[in-house]
Parts: sequence; structure tokens; C-alpha cells
Amino acid sequence: MILSWLPFYPLISFFILIIFGKRLSWLMATIVSVGAVTLSALSSFIVIQQLAQIDNHIITVQLWQWFSLGTAQVNFTLYLDGLSAVMISVVTGIGALIHLYAAGYMKEDENFSRFMAYMNLFIVAMLLLVLGDNLVLLYLGWEGVGLCSFLLIGFWYQDPANAMAAKKAFIVTRIGDTAMAIALFMLFSTLGDLNIANITELAQQQWLVGDDKAYWIALLLLGGAVGKSAQLPLQTWLPDAMAGPTPVSALIHAATMVTAGVYLIARMHGIFLLSPEVMSYVAWIGGLTLLLAGFAALAQTDIKRVLAYSTMSQIGYMMLALGAGAWSEGVFHLMTHAFFKALLFLTAGSIILALHHQQNLFKMGGLARKLPIETSLFAIGLIALIALPGTSGFYSKEAIIDSLWSSSTAGAALWWCAILGAFLTSVYSCRLFFLAFLGESRSEHQVKDDFSAIMRWPLFLLALLALLGGLFANMVEINLSNVFVDSVSSAQASSHSLVTESSPHWLHYVAIVTPFIGIVFSWFYFADYRQTSHSKTNHEVQYTANNFSDFFLNGLGFDALYQRLIVNPYCFLAKLNRRDIFDQIIMSSRWYVDLWREALVASQTGSLRWYAATLGVAVVFLLGVVLL
Amino acid sequence: MIALPFEHILILATTLFLIGFVGVISRKNTLFILMSLEVMLNAVGIAFIGAGSVWQQADGQVMFILILTLAAAEVALGLALLIRLQRKFQSLDIDILNKLRG
Repeated sequence: MILSWLPFYPLISFFILIIFGKRLSWLMATIVSVGAVTLSALSSFIVIQQLAQIDNHIITVQLWQWFSLGTAQVNFTLYLDGLSAVMISVVTGIGALIHLYAAGYMKEDENFSRFMAYMNLFIVAMLLLVLGDNLVLLYLGWEGVGLCSFLLIGFWYQDPANAMAAKKAFIVTRIGDTAMAIALFMLFSTLGDLNIANITELAQQQWLVGDDKAYWIALLLLGGAVGKSAQLPLQTWLPDAMAGPTPVSALIHAATMVTAGVYLIARMHGIFLLSPEVMSYVAWIGGLTLLLAGFAALAQTDIKRVLAYSTMSQIGYMMLALGAGAWSEGVFHLMTHAFFKALLFLTAGSIILALHHQQNLFKMGGLARKLPIETSLFAIGLIALIALPGTSGFYSKEAIIDSLWSSSTAGAALWWCAILGAFLTSVYSCRLFFLAFLGESRSEHQVKDDFSAIMRWPLFLLALLALLGGLFANMVEINLSNVFVDSVSSAQASSHSLVTESSPHWLHYVAIVTPFIGIVFSWFYFADYRQTSHSKTNHEVQYTANNFSDFFLNGLGFDALYQRLIVNPYCFLAKLNRRDIFDQIIMSSRWYVDLWREALVASQTGSLRWYAATLGVAVVFLLGVVLL
Repeated sequence: MIALPFEHILILATTLFLIGFVGVISRKNTLFILMSLEVMLNAVGIAFIGAGSVWQQADGQVMFILILTLAAAEVALGLALLIRLQRKFQSLDIDILNKLRG
């Protein structure tokens, strides 16, 4: 019963905040919104405790029947297993911390309660997404997440650029959503059911490995995941989504939204196992995205955009793991990534506030002396991101990299991608750290460092999680092994083992050493950024604009490419179509109305004598007609 | 008393009516238009009286009384309006008073 209420506390809070709006004081709105999410977090921890004591490790609660499609029923049923347990703990736990921080961050905003209401709705949608036992409920949450991201990215809609970013995020993810909707239609028409557990069972009974239908359905599901998780063809919305307030970025990147795609693939792993080709597509998309995002992050000037590209590349790792069949490693990386990315974003938010909304890295510098607490928190986040041994990122990322070489759907080439990605990660992290925290201060304003406790404590908790998150590895492993165990056995039963060859011994050492190489490399390569300027007179650290770095700055030109390939032709066609035949028919009616109006206007001369004369002529004429 | 032929009465009425009508559409001064209208009304009155005497019915004279009262009321209102128009526009030219042009 705790489970049945879990997703609805934030929903109630959402309605309270929307109905009362600005009449609520800051304190009231904070108590309601943060309290609701905290309540969800507490209940999810209790539910997870209960889950461990149940034999089959599944809890379902049927709330009501939503509708029925022929014989298949679509129920409003919450389904909790190991995978959704991990997800709800991340969504509510990290979500609650972000809410708490956001309450402090957005305190001065006049639309504070609207902001918190959207954040709550975001959590509701994400919880429905991960707890839905059928794909329709999952899709409801899926679209809800999309809607909330639109509302929150465009929260400061008075600036047209923000509204554009919100629209872009909505439209680009919509392309993936369409693919996913088609996948749902195909699943229903071929299997006649939308319950996830039933689908997995039916699919493995009816289809062999490599079946055409499984291939197409998996491919379309991948399309949905790619849109939501900002992977290769549809990744362009994520950096622009930085237009929203910083806690939103943290929420989108850490706890919700972008992890939805990873969750979808992990949840539908039964289908993906039936089509190894799509699995390797997943892996390749992940691998390419993590490289692309890594390169793009190297050239960014905005602190939040660096983090955005880093999220993209970390999601790439998760995709890579899923594609390689390392399901639980991918989901574990999702969890640790949520810890350190939330920490990084929230700390970045504090820094941005301290610098009076300055986000340009080249206008920061020397913050280590002025904001020692924030600096050390950020450093903790970065070392977890780089995956230095001992941090949470290390456990998950090494596990992913380990699983790649021997996987039949990934292989050695993708292993090298992952290693190169790890190298890039450490290089751009160091660049970010040097630019923002070391060197000479380039800030134009006085740094203000009077943060309230409400904005500090969540950061300490997150830092603790980022450092020690590796301790959860066992717990997550046990939880997830129950979810993914049957799939592994069935895959082996169909004589299609995912493990083909044993990996060489040196792989592990390379994976551990790579981040250090990156740090050493950037220590020398970015020496300018970290040194104080008195060593070199008149030396200014500036962004060097040339074609090459501009190319990386613009996310490897994907925006321009899509502008040319899709947006411009579309606008051109739309312009052509402005005067199509149907338009002409409608416009001709306007023309008729206009003509008659002109005639009637001309008849209204206002001249009385003219009226009288016309009247007389008309009477004579009518009399003539009647008499003759 | 020699009964006039009805045709003559109708010719007289029609002639008066046409004179009045031509006056209405050709005069520019609103006062004269009003007077021409009176002529037209009286032409109709004559036609009614004539018809009443031909068919030996009182209805024709009743209609004439009605027209007479109507004309009186119309003149009273019309003159009052003319005075207002003169004050407002300093003119009674009907072509200047065309504010209702579409």
C-alpha cells in the first residue's frame, strides 16, 4: 500500500501549488513540494526493504483498470522489481535533494511555486514511467517527462532563446517518441498485449533470435530511447536545454528524463536480446555519442554546456553497456552518474549564483580561493566523473569497460572507443577545473559566498554518495540479477551466448590508467589555464576562436547540418505550400466576400437624392414588370 | 356639379407626384426636398380623394385625413431636424450631409 501512494504525493503537491500559486509563501511552497518528494523517497526506501523479503522479488499493485483493448486490459498497475527499485530510489532520492536545493536556488524568483509545481510533476511522470507495468502507462510517464522538460527548460520564457530551447527539446524528443509509439502499435498488433512481463514472455515464445519483427520493434524502441536520452542522431536538444534554471538541468540530467531511454532499453531487454543486430546498434550509438560528446565538451565555454556534453557522453556509456548485454552495469552507471552529475550541476549552480549568473568559463578562474567548499565539492564530482579508483564512477564505469571486449555485440573496437572516451572525460574535466577554479580571477563582479544551509547540505549528501556510491554495487547487483537472470538463461538456451572470447589481462590496467594519463596530459596541455597570470605578464586566458574549435563548440556541426538538411527544406516546402489549392479555395471565399463588400460600400453613397432616384426607378421598373 | 373623369384626376395626381419626385432628386437644399415631399404626399392625397368619389366610399377621405396628419407630423419633425442640421453643419446642402456614406 505504500507503493500505491508513492507516485502520488508529488502529484497532490503539484495540484496544491498550481491551485494556490502565488498565495503560498516561500516557506509553505517549499514544505509542500520538498515534503512530498521526500515522502516519496522515504516510501521508496521502505518498499525496497519489503521487496528484498519477497520470494519472487516483484511487487505489483493494481490501482484501477484504465481501459481495455479487445481482450487485452490496460491497467493502472504499479510494478516494482529490482530494476524499477533502483530507478525509484534514484528518482526520488536524488530528486528530493535537488528539490531541496532548488528551493534555495529559486527563492528570489517570483514564480517560485510554479517552478516547484513543475518539478513535482516531473517526478510524478518519471515515477509513472519506471513503475508502469504496461507500455501504455510507461508511455504516459514518457510523454509527461517530455512535457515537464518543455515547461522547465522554458521556465524563463520571457527570453525568446529559452523558449526556442524548450521547443527544440520538445520537438526533437518528439521524433523519438513517434518511433516509440509505432513500436507500441507493432507490439500490440503482433503480440496482442502491452503488459511488459507478458510481452517479454510472448516474444521469447513466438520469435526466434533474429526475427524480423523483433528487429523492427527493437529498432523503433531504440529510436524512442535515442530521442529521450539524447544519443547520436537526436542529441542536439540536450546542450540547448541548459537554458533552464540550473536545478532543472540537474533534474533532467541526473534523476529523470535522459535516463528514461536507458531504462526503456533495460526494461525491454527481452525484445533486444532477440535481435543482436539492434543490440550492436545500441552499442555503436553509445560509443559514437560518447566520443562526439567528449570532443564537443573540450571546446565549450559555458560551464553548464560542458556538463551537458559530459552527461551525453556518460549516457553513451550506459547505452554501450546495454548494447553489450551488460544490463546491470549500465543501470548501475545510471545510478552513480545520477549521484555525481547532480552534485556537479548543483555545485555549478552555486558557482553561477556566486558569480551573478556568469556561466562563461573564461570569465571565472581562481575560484578555489574564494569558494573553497564549492571547489572541493565540484572536485569530488569531477573525480567521480573521471572514475578515479575508489569513487562511485570507478565501480560502474570500469564494470562497463570490462564487459565490452568479450561481448559479441560490442567487441574490441567499442572497447577502444570507451577508453578514448574515458581519456576525453578526464581531459575536459581537467580543463573545466583549471579554467574555473585555478589561475587568476577573471570575474568582473565581486564573488558572493553567502549560501544558505538549504543550498549546502544537499551538496554534502550528494558528495558523500558520489564518493561512496560504489558501496551500493552489491545491493544493486542483487536487485538487478533477479530482473535480468531469466533473459540470460534464455539467451544461452537459444545457443546465442553473449560471451564469445575471454578478454586479455592488460585491458583492466589500461582502463584504470587512462584517466590518470588524461589528467597528466591536461596538466601540461592546459598549463596556461591553471597558472596565475603574474608568471606571464599581460597574459590573458581567452577563448581562441578558430574553425576547428568552433566546430567542436557547436557540437560537431550537427545543428547546422540539421538546419540545412531538415529545417530549411521543411521551411521551404511549407513556404511553397502556403499557396496550395485548398488554400486557394478558402481564399476565394474571402475574395467573394470582399467583392460583395466593395459593391455594397459603393452603393452606400450617403447621398439622399441618389437613394430617392434609385427607389423611384426601382418602383417604376417593378410596376412595369407587374403590369406588363 | 359635373363629375370630373377619374382619368383627369389620376393625370393630375401623377403629374404632381412626378413634379415632387423630380424636386426630391434634383434639389440640393434639404428644405426644398422636404417641400417636394409634401407635394408628393398631396399628389397621393388627390388620388385617394378621386378614387373615393368614383367608388362613392368614405375610405378615400379617411386616407387623406391620415396623410394630412402624417404630413403635418413629418413637417414638424423635419423642420426641427433641419434647424439642428443648419446649426451643426452651417449648411443644408444634402450632398454635404452624406455622413452615412459606406
